[in-house]
Formats: sequence, C-alpha cells, structure tokens
Amino acid sequence: MKVGLFIPCYVDQFYPQVGIASLQLLEKLGVEVGFPLNQTCCGQPMANSGFEHLTGGCNENFIDNFAGFDYIVCPSGSCTLHIKEHLHSEQYETQAGQIRKKVYELVEFITDVLKIESLPARFPHKVGVHQSCHGQRGLKLSQMSELNAPGFSKPGYLLNMVEGLELIELDRKDECCGFGGTFCVAEEAISVKMGKDRITDHTKNGAEYITGGDMSCLMHLEGILKRQNSKIKAVHIAEILNSTN
Amino acid sequence: MKHSELSVTFNKDEDRVDWHDQTLWWVRQKRDKAAFQLPEWELLRETASQIKHNVLGNLHDYLVQFEANALKNGITVHWAADADEHNRIVHNILSKHGVQKMVKSKSMLTEECHLNDYLAENGIEVIDTDLGERIVQLREEPPSHIVLPAIHLKKEDVGETFHVHLGTEKGNKDPVYLTAAAREHLREKFLTRKAALTGVNFAIAETGEFVVCTNEGNADMGAHLADVHIACMGFEKIIPKREHLGVFLRLLARSATGQPITTYSSHFKKPREGQEMHIVIVDNGRSTQLGREDFRNSLKCIRCGACMNTCPVYRRSGGHSYHNAVAGPIGSILAPNLDMSKNADLPFASTLCGSCTNVCPVKIDIHDQLYKWRQVLVKEGHADPVKKLGMQAMTFTLSHPKVYQNGGKIGRWFMKNTPFLVNNSLNPWYKQRDMPEPPKESFREWYLKNR
Amino acid sequence: MSRENILAGIKKNQPENRVLPVLTGLNQSTYNPLEQFKTVLQGIGGEAIEVGNYQEIKDIIAKNYQSSDRIITTLPDFGDIAENNWQTEDPHTLENVELCIIRAHFGVAENSALWVTEDILGLRVAPFICQNLAVIIPKNEIEPTMHEAYKRIAMAEYGFGTFIAGPSKTADIEQSLVLGAHGSKSMVVFLVG
Repeated sequence: MKVGLFIPCYVDQFYPQVGIASLQLLEKLGVEVGFPLNQTCCGQPMANSGFEHLTGGCNENFIDNFAGFDYIVCPSGSCTLHIKEHLHSEQYETQAGQIRKKVYELVEFITDVLKIESLPARFPHKVGVHQSCHGQRGLKLSQMSELNAPGFSKPGYLLNMVEGLELIELDRKDECCGFGGTFCVAEEAISVKMGKDRITDHTKNGAEYITGGDMSCLMHLEGILKRQNSKIKAVHIAEILNSTN
Repeated sequence: MKHSELSVTFNKDEDRVDWHDQTLWWVRQKRDKAAFQLPEWELLRETASQIKHNVLGNLHDYLVQFEANALKNGITVHWAADADEHNRIVHNILSKHGVQKMVKSKSMLTEECHLNDYLAENGIEVIDTDLGERIVQLREEPPSHIVLPAIHLKKEDVGETFHVHLGTEKGNKDPVYLTAAAREHLREKFLTRKAALTGVNFAIAETGEFVVCTNEGNADMGAHLADVHIACMGFEKIIPKREHLGVFLRLLARSATGQPITTYSSHFKKPREGQEMHIVIVDNGRSTQLGREDFRNSLKCIRCGACMNTCPVYRRSGGHSYHNAVAGPIGSILAPNLDMSKNADLPFASTLCGSCTNVCPVKIDIHDQLYKWRQVLVKEGHADPVKKLGMQAMTFTLSHPKVYQNGGKIGRWFMKNTPFLVNNSLNPWYKQRDMPEPPKESFREWYLKNR
Repeated sequence: MSRENILAGIKKNQPENRVLPVLTGLNQSTYNPLEQFKTVLQGIGGEAIEVGNYQEIKDIIAKNYQSSDRIITTLPDFGDIAENNWQTEDPHTLENVELCIIRAHFGVAENSALWVTEDILGLRVAPFICQNLAVIIPKNEIEPTMHEAYKRIAMAEYGFGTFIAGPSKTADIEQSLVLGAHGSKSMVVFLVG
C-alpha cells in the first residue's frame, strides 16, 4: 500500500510541524508514504469564493501528482472534502473519479483503513476538540448534533488512546469556529465573534489545548488566542497523536 | 448596505450579541429535545422531503386540482404573477367591500411583496396581529425572523414601545403584563375589522382546503370574525393529500420552536355562512426558481426557521443584516432569485458549516446551494473586481507548481496573495487576530532535507 | 391571464415526477396514548382531568366559575349550566364568553391536540374568543400520532376544522412563554370514562 501525503498549501507554508507529525505518524503505523513535490492546493479557496470555474489547472495538477497512489491522505477535513466533492477534469475524469474515492482525511484513514486499536502516544493534558464542520458534517468524522442518530467520534476514538490525555466536554459540541475561508476577512466581525465564542466554550470547560483536524480553523482560533494573550494552545490532532512527551 | 457591514453594526454591542445568540441557541436546543423524542424523526424528514419532491414535479396538476376543489368549496381563487399583482388583487378585494382597515396574521409572503406599504399608500390601515409582528410594526421595523419576528428585541424595548404606543406603564417590562396589554389592544381590532388576511402553511390539492398554524390564535380570531377572509400563498405551499398533513404538522412546530404542534392548526375548507373567502396564489419568481435545477429544492421550504436558529452567523448578525423578508440561510438561497445584484452578498454570509441542511425538516441542501449560488453570482458578474483579479492570480500560481515553489520562501507568496493573510495592518484578519508566525522552513523544505 | 402564464411557466420548469413515499413506519411510539396525552397537555400549559361522568364536570365548573360568568356550550347535556342556543348569533356577540364547553372528535397523544370541526363548535370563533375553554372527550378516544389522526379524519366533510393543543400562547417577548395571547387563556380537557 502506497500512500500519497497531501499537505494543504497553508500547512506547508505556516505549519510544517503538522506535515511532519502526519508523516511521522503514518510511518510509525507502518505505512509507506510519498510526498509528491509538485503539489500545490486543492482549489478550495477559489471555489468557495465562487471561482470554481477557475480551478481547472489546480485540479489537473492535483491529479498529476496523486493519481499513482493507492490512497491519498491529508491532515485537513476541509481540503479532503473539497477533493471528494469537487475534483473534476475534462481530460482525466476517470483518474479524478478514482481520486475522489481514495482520498482520506488523516483521522478517518487511521480509523477506517488502518483500523488501529492502540497508539504509542502520550499527551498528559486537558484537551478540547474543535470539530471542523467540513470534517464532521461533510466527511462524517463524528456524529453531528443536529441528527437523531447514534453518536460516534473518530477523532475522539483516537484521542482516547493517547496516554494521559483528558478530553473535556463542551457546551456546544459542534458549533462552527467562524473561519470559513474568505469569510474570515469578508465577514470579519462575525468571524471573530464566532471564534471568540468557540474559545470561551473551551476555556470555561477547562481546556489547556484546543485540537482538531483542520489547521485553518485552528489558525483562526490561534490568532484570537494569541491576541488575547491566552495560555491555551491550538494544536493539530496529528501533533497529539504523534506526541510522546 | 451589505450583510458584512450591517453585521459590524450589530456587533457593536457584544453583550447583546451574546444574548441574541444564546436566545436562539436555546430555541435550537428545544428543537433538538423535541426531535430526539421521536425515533422516527429522520424518517419523517426524509418522507417530508420526498413528498415535497413529488410536489415540485407535479406542481402544475396539483395547483389546477387545488383550484378546482377550492372553487367547488365556494372559495374565490386569484393568481398573481408578481408582488405588484398580488398587492393589487388584495387591494381590489378590499375596495370592493369598502374596507379601510384590515387585520393580518403572519404571512411572510406579504412581507416579501411589501403589501403593508402598498396598502398604506392606498389609504388602507393594516394591523399585524401576531404579537411579535405587532411589536415590530409599531417600531416601524421589518420582522427579523420568520417565526420569531421580534427576537432581536429585549423586553425593555417592548416595554418602551408599548408605553409609547399602547399607553402601558413606563418602565414595566413584564412579558405577562405586556402580552395582556397587547391582547386587549388587538381584541378591539379583531372585533371591529371587516377583513382579515392570513398566510397559508399548507394547501391541499385533494380537498381544496388550506391550513394555517398559529400559537396565538390570531389567524382564527381575525378570520372567523371578518366578513372577508383573504389567504395569500406562494404556489409551493401545495401538498397532494390531506394525509400528508400528518407528516408536516409533526415536523413544523418541533423544528420551529420545539413544541409538539402549534396551539392551533386550522383547516379552512369553506367560507362560513355569509362570509367571502379568497385565495391568492402567487408566483413572484418561484417558477423561475423551479427551473433552476440546483436551486429548486429551496421551494420545499415550510418556513419553520430552524435553519436560522441553528445558524452561527444568523445568531450573531441578527435578521435585519440579511436585508430581505426572509433572513438566514434559507433567505440567502431564496433572495438571489428575487434580485441577484441586490442580494449578491447573502450567499457569502455563511461559513458553509452545514448545520442548516441537517436541521431542515424537508432536507433542503441549503449549504450546498449557498456554494452553488456563489458560483452563479461570480459567473453573472457580481464579484468584486479586485477579488476577481486576486483569485485569477492565485489560480495561476496554484496551477503552476514551479511558480508556487519559487514564490514560496516561507510564506512569502502566501503573505502576499492569500486574502486572509495579507501582512499589513489594514487586513481585516489582523484587526482582532494575530498572524501565524512564519516558520524557519516549509514542510517541503524539511521533507527535502529529511527524506 | 396571469393564471395561464404562471401555470405554463410551472409546466415548463417543473422537474420530472417522483413517486410519493409510502407513509408507513412513521409511528414508532411505545407510550400509552392516554398517559402521553396527559403528560404532553400539562407540558403545553393545559390541564387534564379524569372524570367518571358529566356530573363531576359540572361540579368542577360550578366550583371555578360564578353565576355571573357567561358560559356557553354546544352540548345539550350541559344545558342546565350553560347557554346552548347561541349558535345562530353574530360571532361578535361571543366577545364576553368566560367559558366555552365543547366536545372533540378525538385527541392525539403525541401533542395533546384535539380535533374539532364546525358542527361541534357552534360558531367557528367560539373556542378562540372565549376566555377559557373546556373540552370533553372519552378516555378511549386518543390516537397515538397525527398519522392515525388523519386516517381517522380521512375524507370527512367539513367547512372548518382545527386541532387545538392547549391554551393560546406566545413567546414573542424575549422567548418568555405567556399563556393567553389572543385565544383562550386556559384549556381544560375532561377525560371521561
């Protein structure tokens, strides 16, 4: 099994430690991982702004980089969902179709494909999970609060394997953080208010760390946390799952 | 003004935003509690969605059938192509009876058509009789929510409004006291008005009857005391059979407020003896929306407001920021159909979190439609030209790995080109958030060194 | 003229027909209908009182209302404590009714709604305009859900029918629930048998 690691562009540029943790974690779990060097972006920033029709070049580049792998794994629910729902190509539609089926978000790849039952990780802290909406409602990584259906949480399942980690309960378990791509600047007032409220929920329930599967949400929350001089840190779930401290 | 600008104003008083958010979240929680008591809840939603799909595919025949049955029942049926025709029809009925004053229960369609303004210009007084609507009417504001019209107001605001207009005690903000005052004030209107207008929640093709749901009893008080009852409906309110009401009435109030049913679910089939009953069936852009494959499901809406209560953006921006009769997520997919350029901002007033889609009792794919409207609006030329240039540059770079790599010495290209990370203090990101710190090396650089 | 244009536009734009779903499996309730009815009614601000016979109802009413209160009914059996010849009057004359006593066809357990039609209301406005409403129903006439309710209504003929669930209410002022908006301020359901 050969896995292509898809590292979202902003993670590559700003959060290399998340890419490193994802790679090391997969390797630790016995997976052969390749990182195609010409990858750029899934095209979501343009598409969500209404410019999906401009993403053809992006899509073809993606197909070019990833068509050869058995699985494509990405430490972002949002980018994964975008590929799953919107990767198309006039020229290479067969490959695009295959990629849409074999692209996995990191957590679901570990729970659904690798099906691990234990993890050599230690993270002795109180942690709150911020569900990214695309990961949760889009990829169904955990049950959404809207539905009358049995609960489950793939991130929760993995985090519970981590030694010393204590998951905190939130008042609103799956409220959006307000990042929303260009929403975060186009609707700055609401975006920040949503982020502040998400942080308050974690703070009052005793979180030392906020984690999640999408660095974009966490970047937004981190920006607010830093501005507030908060002691709470935002870390990607891959960093916790790869942690041995 | 655009949603983003109106939201800035709304967010000036953060305590009030918190209060607004928590009030609506409480309504969402009531909905959850009611919905989760029914093991069949998700099946009910699916069934309702399928019934509505059948309706969309048979609208023509169902409307013809409804009309024939309504006529048989002694109801007069009118057809209005647009808001203006709707308003003229209502005006004509009132003129024919020499009516100068009318009571009206909740009808979002008449808000959409701006009926009150039209009638006022023609010298006819309209009294809104739903308590929330009466409050906002006295304040000369539009409703901010389709089910909870005065949800943006605090009891102090209502107390002051009633003091000024109804002569209640200054400073008294007790909801029981204020509701009693409104009851007395409006009872006099019910008893003296010759015409009553109501909305329609469901119109049944099979029987030619229509159903109006209220908690307050204002639709019934108006209609049963008036000589003329006018009911206005968008044509999508039609459902095939009476038995389908079982499905929709189970979903409507639970989704809206968490009640098991509204206090009154009144089935109007024939005018009472000596009364005239009129139905106005309105298009106003709906047949166009019906032809838009990606957006026609929006016509399944039963106006429960659940998508608003759950929407994290609505809860923190208030209904008025949507500058449309119907606010929130559902309003944002209906409004561009009515006026694309005026409402081009609304599909962007969302994070696409998807909560709306999953509370919707008829399973409208609201957040997917928001995404699709964005594509349509950009293609139709409603994008900000600066943003368009930025997007084109970004696309070029991201389609060309070499350009991307050369530009990308640690966030340099990103800092310059990503809309939310432009590194200067004018960037809205920076107003209330810090920037991520550029790392020593990118993942790619680390990878090349270490693997 | 608009009629033809609207219908033509719809015909042109409507999607292909999809069949109606079957309405089965939609009642998965496990409750006892009578108990559920009573619980829900209390939750929505109404009151359920179980009685053995009509005399008990009359005693309760006598205890709670004064002789000066205007009480109306459509039930001949209550002619001794209430007016029952008002049905042909102008509906506005019911403005001063303190209590209206009616029967319902049946109740619904899941939401404590009671189905009434014009023929048992006397005047359509009666259950709305009265200050207080009393509805009488045999204990064994409670359907579990709205699906059974509509099976029972079937194609029944009526000019007006309504489900009434509790007293009129509003929460339009800061979501504070207040009973007695425009319709009756209280509702008592007498469950007989």
